[in-house]
Amino acid sequence: MVAHAYNSNTLGGQGGRIDWACSVEGTSLGGEEAAFEVARVCGDPLSAPGAGVLQAGAVGPARGGQGEKKVGESEGGGEERRVRHPQAPALRLLNRKPQGGSGEIKTPENDLQRGRLSRGLHAAPPAPGMGDRGGQPERSAPYSPGAPVGTSAAAVNGLMHNGFHPPPIQPPLVCSRGPVGGSDAAPPRLPLLPELQPQPLLPQHDSPAKKCRLRRRMDSGRKNRPPFPWFGMDIGGTLVKLVYFEPKDITAEEEQEEVENLKSIRKYLTSNTAYGKTGIRDVHLELKNLTMCGRKGNLHFIRFPSCAMHRFIQMGSEKNFSSLHTTLCATGGGAFKFEEDFRMIADLQLHKLDELDCLIQGLLYVDSVGFNGKPECYYFENPTNPELCQKKPYCLDNPYPMLLVNMGSGVSILAVYSKDNYKRVTGTSLGGGTFLGLCCLLTGCETFEEALEMAAKGDSTNVDKLVKDIYGGDYERFGLQGSAVASSFGNMMSKEKRDSISKEDLARATLVTITNNIGSIARMCALNENIDRVVFVGNFLRINMVSMKLLAYAMDFWSKGQLKALFLEHEGYFGAVGALLELFKMTDDK
Amino acid sequence: MAECGASGSGSSGDSLDKSITLPPDEIFRNLENAKRFAIDIGGSLTKLAYYSTVQHKVAKVRSFDHAGKDTERDHEPPYEISVQEEITARLHFIKFENTYIEACLDFIKDHLVNTETKVIQATGGGAYKFKDLIEEKLQLKVDKEDVMTCLIKGCNFVLKNIPHEAFVYQKDADPEFRFQTNHPHIFPYLLVNIGSGVSIVKVETEDRFEWVGGSSIGGGTFWGLGALLTKTKKFDELLHLASRGQHSNVDMLVRDVYGGAHQTLGLSGNLIASSFGKSATADQEFSKEDMAKSLLHMISNDIGQLACLHARLHSLDRVYFGGFFIRGHPVTMRTITYSINFFSKGEVQALFLRHEGYLGAIGAFLKGAEQDNPNQYSWGENYAGSSGLMSTSPELGPAQRARSGTFDLLEMDRLERPLVNLPLLLDPPSYVPDTVDLTDDALARKYWLTCFEEALDGVVKRAVASQPDSVDAAERAEKFRQKYWNKLQTLRQQPFAYGTLTVRSLLDTREHCLNEFNFPDPYSKVKQRENGVALRCFPGVVRSLDALGWEERQLALVKGLLAGNVFDWGARAVSDTGLILCPSLSFSERPWLVDSYSKWLQRLKGPPHKCALIFADNSGIDIILGVFPFVRELLLRGTEVILACNSGPALNDVTHSESLIVAERIAGMDPVVHSALREERLLLVQTGSSSPCLDLSRLDKGLAALVRERGADLVVIEGMGRAVHTNYHAALRCESLKLAVVKNAWLAERLGGRLFSVIFKYEVPAE
Repeated sequence: MVAHAYNSNTLGGQGGRIDWACSVEGTSLGGEEAAFEVARVCGDPLSAPGAGVLQAGAVGPARGGQGEKKVGESEGGGEERRVRHPQAPALRLLNRKPQGGSGEIKTPENDLQRGRLSRGLHAAPPAPGMGDRGGQPERSAPYSPGAPVGTSAAAVNGLMHNGFHPPPIQPPLVCSRGPVGGSDAAPPRLPLLPELQPQPLLPQHDSPAKKCRLRRRMDSGRKNRPPFPWFGMDIGGTLVKLVYFEPKDITAEEEQEEVENLKSIRKYLTSNTAYGKTGIRDVHLELKNLTMCGRKGNLHFIRFPSCAMHRFIQMGSEKNFSSLHTTLCATGGGAFKFEEDFRMIADLQLHKLDELDCLIQGLLYVDSVGFNGKPECYYFENPTNPELCQKKPYCLDNPYPMLLVNMGSGVSILAVYSKDNYKRVTGTSLGGGTFLGLCCLLTGCETFEEALEMAAKGDSTNVDKLVKDIYGGDYERFGLQGSAVASSFGNMMSKEKRDSISKEDLARATLVTITNNIGSIARMCALNENIDRVVFVGNFLRINMVSMKLLAYAMDFWSKGQLKALFLEHEGYFGAVGALLELFKMTDDK
Repeated sequence: MAECGASGSGSSGDSLDKSITLPPDEIFRNLENAKRFAIDIGGSLTKLAYYSTVQHKVAKVRSFDHAGKDTERDHEPPYEISVQEEITARLHFIKFENTYIEACLDFIKDHLVNTETKVIQATGGGAYKFKDLIEEKLQLKVDKEDVMTCLIKGCNFVLKNIPHEAFVYQKDADPEFRFQTNHPHIFPYLLVNIGSGVSIVKVETEDRFEWVGGSSIGGGTFWGLGALLTKTKKFDELLHLASRGQHSNVDMLVRDVYGGAHQTLGLSGNLIASSFGKSATADQEFSKEDMAKSLLHMISNDIGQLACLHARLHSLDRVYFGGFFIRGHPVTMRTITYSINFFSKGEVQALFLRHEGYLGAIGAFLKGAEQDNPNQYSWGENYAGSSGLMSTSPELGPAQRARSGTFDLLEMDRLERPLVNLPLLLDPPSYVPDTVDLTDDALARKYWLTCFEEALDGVVKRAVASQPDSVDAAERAEKFRQKYWNKLQTLRQQPFAYGTLTVRSLLDTREHCLNEFNFPDPYSKVKQRENGVALRCFPGVVRSLDALGWEERQLALVKGLLAGNVFDWGARAVSDTGLILCPSLSFSERPWLVDSYSKWLQRLKGPPHKCALIFADNSGIDIILGVFPFVRELLLRGTEVILACNSGPALNDVTHSESLIVAERIAGMDPVVHSALREERLLLVQTGSSSPCLDLSRLDKGLAALVRERGADLVVIEGMGRAVHTNYHAALRCESLKLAVVKNAWLAERLGGRLFSVIFKYEVPAE
């Protein structure tokens, strides 16, 4: 039961080799977590082949905002044309030459403890008010309505903490919110990465062309930035989660310089909400006006089933994605499973990342930037009272220690003590995959949505044997309520009962069974690890209010109010966000 | 054999219309005197418990009034033997399918006479369903008892009273069951009961336990969900399906998520990432077998994981599993064991119980019998009356297996005195009495089973001969033969049926079977005659020993012990040849097969021992001409002697009551023994056992107290049964002497010697 504790140095950026702990999302039987080492893939974008003639499939050239456009279903089927593009001279501008040395020194822990956030060597000059921290609110209110949180928080932090003595480059990538309400007591969790700092104001120049030149010069002088497009990918057992950063601060000149296939990717992704038969963009989760790596833009959240992975790779090959010299940062088991295919079919080198590292970094980042001015984290008030139970924002500024329960196809449970000190406590194979798998077998449904819809209508007490079904009421000897489930699917031992229940009842019972079981294991882990905050994430919770409320109830009820169940809006996407953050750091390392 | 047909005319005739043929007098035994009934009605099985008295014939020895006067008369027996009736208490537990409940109640009603019982303790989920039926049929008031309380009481009881009750399941071992020696301290432990749901209980003392958690994913989930998925209705059939399935067709494994990379990542690709993760598709059919297997894994893993989390939270490393999900199903024992090993990384042990199915009934019974204080006695499993752990090979179809378990019996004899550990054991928890585990050692098992089969004729003959005046002796002896023969055949098929199979258990089973058919002591007459002969030789032997020099005498005394030990009717080599050997027998010269005599002699030159505890073996020459001269020498050295003999008869072993008479007679001839007895420097005690072997962890409490009180610093164990078959490797906290003549060619060869090789093992514990 004792998982290996490991310090994840992924953010330390020491280059070379990094100790990874293998982590298996949804690998319940996660005992064999032998730490292993993976040589980091440090592909030099400039050395990547194919910088010459680009073969870019015109992926549905942007025709305004035709939201419903679906692409990728047909090969050579009218919609797609192969277009020969001339070599794009602008490409080189995007492929910044790496600057050596900057990312190699790790910030001492005490810097973090003191909350002294630091900036990179190439950080902008000190802003007014610098260093004057006493008694001042260090950041904007976390969820001040209307405020572009992503930027404001980052900006405030960046300005506030931009020291006169720039310490070595901070390895972590994530924007940090300072302590709330001017309190100095709580140190910010994460130092800033220079790329995430707001750009210094550009000197005012007359001509746009001049401005652009200057800008380019500044950029190249400043910092290496990975070439667009920026993706982070989490290839799970059931779903592929993809985050895409859409730069919104593209200048006219940049637009002009943007190679055709890069542009087509951007337009394709941002103008559609569905891709192929099964790809979906979760528009409601989009993080707007975010500054990442010095660029402003929107972060898009896309998912598609893992079984479509090969089609996706095929598409990457057809669109000649490799010509963009981008590095695909990927995590999840599929990063390993499909690595070869990416290389062989699409000529793409995956940068494989540990999924638990990514999960945690992604989670901390998204929570730190907030959800378009709204809180990312929430809980349920009065979880044991169905009438009064309601969603409430929760401030996760001091999240440690937390028990992180990631519910994908299977479930992983982590005890997180700091951003890079965590251990995988255990896991269970009874996860989202089990819910859907059993539902498909029991009801003939085909999708998660369908299964949940049925579950919402069903009544599990027809299927389950309750304590009162056995004892006629409460089992007082053990303090068990009559309404507690004694045996999941227990009534199904009887033929008459089997004949009398509906598919909806079965779906509901499956959902309740899986959810309660996860809750029960999580609760035991929380007890064993002595942690009282349990954060539930993962796509099992997507559109799944039943499970969230059940978990909230279970944590509260069985712990007599000692445990709190927390949830996050971007439940299943943190691994992908974490992978994207790695892209920035990777470039930084060089 | 009577026929017990269910009427089928009952109001609920649907399930009771099967007429069953059973020999009820062999199942519901000793009903005439039964009292204190308890019943545990589960989902499919009913367990009935009652307390009864058994009338046994026992051979009593009694000194003639003229003791000591007529010893010169050659053919006068030294004491008289009378066969008397003795009443002992016995617990009966019977397990049968609920289908037979009405028929069984009818049978009980018809045979229940003279009982003062008014109440029946009832537990289990079905207790209230059948309440009216029971009250109507038996005219007893049903008193409902809490299920968990009963379960735990029963669990404590079997853990304390039945040797080899608990076992671990080892997948690749043959047999798969590895029995545990009884731990002297059974608390605290975790009991995980997997019924339709799962209850996890922490048991701290006899009366204190706490429900620490549970899970709704249990046997009912396997059954209910399994029935939905596979359209298979019976639990056993579902398990059978599962044992043939491939879960990897349904489960999403790590290798499915990671591809081939799991190897380089050091992951086991076979771990389940998501149970039923592959079935989330509409365009594929899954086989019943595969789904059942996946379900079994899912549920077993989940229960194992929760059990480990609870064990860790409470710092417990022993977890007992019970409930119908486990009950005798190797498939579930295997998956649960795997899960526990996996999640605890070997820190927690999954333990199962041989009599798991009876726990509730035992507990309910104990609740009702509190005024009889059953817990203050020791109890022993009666091998003759108990049916043992059923063969549950997964290869057997459910139909085959279910039949064998239709009626299952457990009988426990009340031992009138509590049994405890010998205080001199070096490490009681690790003490294993038996030298060879026949469950393990197939070659030895084959040999000994054959050996006992071949000896059966002789035993039957002797049994008949021991009761010349009885008209039905031959008939009873034949029944005995059949019963013991069947036991031996069962053990050939299922060596694990009664726990670890050993020479001791084979011998004990034979004694239990003999007793069952009223042959309490087939050797009583032989022993009587030999004791007479030996007593007459005693003065001469002592005289000739006294004539020897000190050093010569020590060797002669030891040789006398060994020579006496050759006279053993239990050993085939001796009884077959009718070997008559005199005490001066010149058996193998030194060095003996195991020979630490020189060390012993050296020790004797030193200060005398404070007190010697001697476990005697045979009657006649052994005790009188071997042990007593040795005892006499020790007494002369100033060593006190505790002479421990069996409480009840076994073969020609000297019993405690015989030893009393023998000592009395010797005291009449020998002033040394006389004064030692009078001054209580020589004490005769009983071992509490009726076995030809010796289990130092189950000895009479009085003996243990005496050993402590007198500060015994030497233990002498003589004879093959006590010093070779058992205790050969026993480690004691004080000096010990284990001596025997190996009267079995096969065993001698195994030990590297020949027939009649001598074992003389003198051991001094390391400082």
